[in-house]
Amino acid sequence: MDMPIVAIAVLAAGTLAFRLAGPLFRDRVRIPPRLEDLLSLAALVLLFALVVTSSFAGWARPGGVLVAGVLAIRKAPFPVIVIAAAATTATLRLIGLP
Amino acid sequence: MFILMAMRSISRTALRDIALVCVADAIVGASFGAIAVSGGFDPWVPVVMSLIVFAGGAQFAAIGIVMGGGGAVAAVATGLVLNARLLPFGFAVADTVKGRLYGAQLITDETVAFALKGRDARERHDYFWVSGLALFAAWNVSVVVGALAGTFIGDTDALGLDAMFPAVLLALIMPALSDRGVRMPVLAGGAIALAASTVLPAGVPVLLSLLGLLARPKEA
Repeated sequence: MDMPIVAIAVLAAGTLAFRLAGPLFRDRVRIPPRLEDLLSLAALVLLFALVVTSSFAGWARPGGVLVAGVLAIRKAPFPVIVIAAAATTATLRLIGLP
Repeated sequence: MFILMAMRSISRTALRDIALVCVADAIVGASFGAIAVSGGFDPWVPVVMSLIVFAGGAQFAAIGIVMGGGGAVAAVATGLVLNARLLPFGFAVADTVKGRLYGAQLITDETVAFALKGRDARERHDYFWVSGLALFAAWNVSVVVGALAGTFIGDTDALGLDAMFPAVLLALIMPALSDRGVRMPVLAGGAIALAASTVLPAGVPVLLSLLGLLARPKEA
């Protein structure tokens, strides 16, 4: 698996820039509330897209993710959701689903 | 030691809340380390990334995209768009961080939420720094533990570990989806990404999901 150190460094530097802008430029710049809402919404959209695109491979994995989704809607505790997803996928593979 | 003084001024309840969030984040951190290593990364990748990026969502996104066959550029771009939300957070806690700029590295969803609970500047300062340093320690230690555990796991597919990554993300974002104004663009984005993933190389569909933002309901 390839993740060059340069890529990690660029992500870290960009992230630090986002974090430092406020403390450094607060007196001169204001962030409009609309932009603020848009940025947090964008984060949720991206994370859900990641869920969707990384779920579909064979039948066992989407099965596990589906169980996780149902448990999350029912407000199950975080570890329960994650372990149930893995257990479901493992069980489906054990009975022969790809 | 300003941090010890800050801790003394924080209420018991607040310390307990911070401890609870540390435990929750440690579980996520351990899953991150284990998923990254069982997905084929060298253990230093999740460990170094956690120290210098210190933003769970972006870290999961970056390794998830590479594990799914996407390029490093798509992984970094997605991580950066995710972390753009830290920009307004930095403005929200600017006063708290100003004297000690290294504190900016501690700006996350959780620490800003804690800071904004403070009733005055002093409390906001204490909440931010205590939760920030505690979470930084909890996150990075748990990622190391998870990464080491990941190296001992043999057949990760047989254990269903590949389902853990989407499950973790789903568990993290589900509470926000109860808001209709959030749900519409999120579901639209998911549909766009799914459709795009049938024709476009991995990583690109995730970025395309941002088009889902156009599905925001009009503000009243």
